[in-house]
Amino acid sequence: MSGCADPAPAILFDNLGKSYPKAGGAVVALQDVSLAVPKGSITGIIGRSGAGKSTLLRMVNGLERPSRGRVLVEGQDVGQARGPALRRIRRDVGMIFQHFNLLASRNVRDNVALPLEIAGMARSQIRARVAELIEQVGLGALAERYPAELSGGQKQRVGIARALATGPKVLLSDEATSALDPETTQTVLNLLAQINRELGLTVLLITHEMAVLRDIASHMAVIEAGRIVESGPTYDIFARPAHPTTRRFLAGVTGATLPAFVAERLAPEPPGDPVIRVTFAGAHATDPMLARLATDLGISANILGGTIEEIGAKPFGNLLISVPLDRGAETRAFLERHGLTTEVLGHVR
Amino acid sequence: MSANLIPILWEATLQTLYMVAISSLLGALGGLPLGVFLACSQRGELLSAPWMNRILGLAVNATRSVPFIILVVAIIPLTRAIVGTSIGTNAAIVPLTLAAIPFIARLVENAIREVDAGLIEAARAMGATPLQIIRKVLIPEALPGITLGLTLAVVSLIGYSAMVGAVGGQGLGDLGIRYGYQRFMPEVMAAVVVILIVMVQLVQSIGEWIAARLDRRAPRNRGA
Repeated sequence: MSGCADPAPAILFDNLGKSYPKAGGAVVALQDVSLAVPKGSITGIIGRSGAGKSTLLRMVNGLERPSRGRVLVEGQDVGQARGPALRRIRRDVGMIFQHFNLLASRNVRDNVALPLEIAGMARSQIRARVAELIEQVGLGALAERYPAELSGGQKQRVGIARALATGPKVLLSDEATSALDPETTQTVLNLLAQINRELGLTVLLITHEMAVLRDIASHMAVIEAGRIVESGPTYDIFARPAHPTTRRFLAGVTGATLPAFVAERLAPEPPGDPVIRVTFAGAHATDPMLARLATDLGISANILGGTIEEIGAKPFGNLLISVPLDRGAETRAFLERHGLTTEVLGHVR
Repeated sequence: MSANLIPILWEATLQTLYMVAISSLLGALGGLPLGVFLACSQRGELLSAPWMNRILGLAVNATRSVPFIILVVAIIPLTRAIVGTSIGTNAAIVPLTLAAIPFIARLVENAIREVDAGLIEAARAMGATPLQIIRKVLIPEALPGITLGLTLAVVSLIGYSAMVGAVGGQGLGDLGIRYGYQRFMPEVMAAVVVILIVMVQLVQSIGEWIAARLDRRAPRNRGA
């Protein structure tokens, strides 16, 4: 992704920096951010609150302006655009929000019509387009309802229909599922994935939940203290997280967690048998490696937990084992040689 | 109460209604745009014009800090220049309007500042111009609050209209002072008070009803 070969990304952050003037020095929100968002991808940026992800997202439609560097959307420099040129770019970039930001004074139909009114479309055309959009997000029966009469999931569907109204090439999602319950989150994420598939539009989303990326993002980036610390295809990062922040985000989202009685006794150093997290990714995800560990080396691993899930339609396995202390290094070497990733979580007696 | 007082009361009621109606209308015509401007023109806001904002804000505060009865007397030359006389209901409309404009402007400003900043951001993201944001987002969303503000302003103007009797403004307040107080006719005073109470109640109820009709922020029961 960053510095990768794609010649025409949908969005390109090029050496981007943002600082706010403040008494006694500037506050740096973003530093040296370079990232290419591939056309047609669902790219997720994850970070804690205050990491700068919101600022970064708002650069794409010019709600924030860069202090240094460039932001290109479909080849157009957003940071330089002003007035009518900027408003034209904004019509090519839809946006949905954590708190929906629907007008309480307008019903569903009129909320969806708003961007079309702003774009100056004729009334008769607006009617037809709005009806089509409301159908598309599955709200056909609720066109006359007001936002106060809708559930959170329904409100976000209105938000999505509104964001798609002007036929944008890029959809920005600002924590769009953070205010929703887990079940509703799934249906909204599914809708986003469906829109991405059917309309071929690029989705750039920010979130603080790794589960969102696992479920729909094809590409991802991790942001911390205003810098991108890791980026690439989601599957690769889940399989081989390089940065400690990425690992912290991953903990608990993928794979097994240690049972409480083991976790309590976990010590950072020996004595005690090593507890190893084994990650099975790609072609090796379905190999029976534990059986081979027993037959080839005669090591019998103690299984403490495990899961197999799908990330981007590829199997992703995760196993927690402990082996005798004197066979730990041997075990890891064997597994790594066969393409698995291992990590020692600690030692347990 | 003797029967010949009825026409006098009726005439005074009409005079009060006339003064309040015209000054409310003119006050709203001036106060609405002024309030919108005050709400949107601080540094970094939609119509960023910090200096103009400060100057108009000062003018509004200055007008509002002058007690109404002083304002009435102080602007007599202005009233005479506009209406041709400083006596009568038409003359009374000038100070009433001048007091109404800054009052309504502040109420409108408050109502517009109540609108969620997220809506402004959403409209900007859609590519809306500042004027489109004001017309299609800020005013419609603030309308219930603006309506309650206008109601408050009309009620206040009913009270103020009683004071312009001091400069020959006529109306119910003037009638109450001249007949009820100076001619010792307590029944006239009582009648004036009752009519004013009814008037204020009506204005308040109608205003609240309209505001509730406009307000979609809470779910409404849908008839079965």
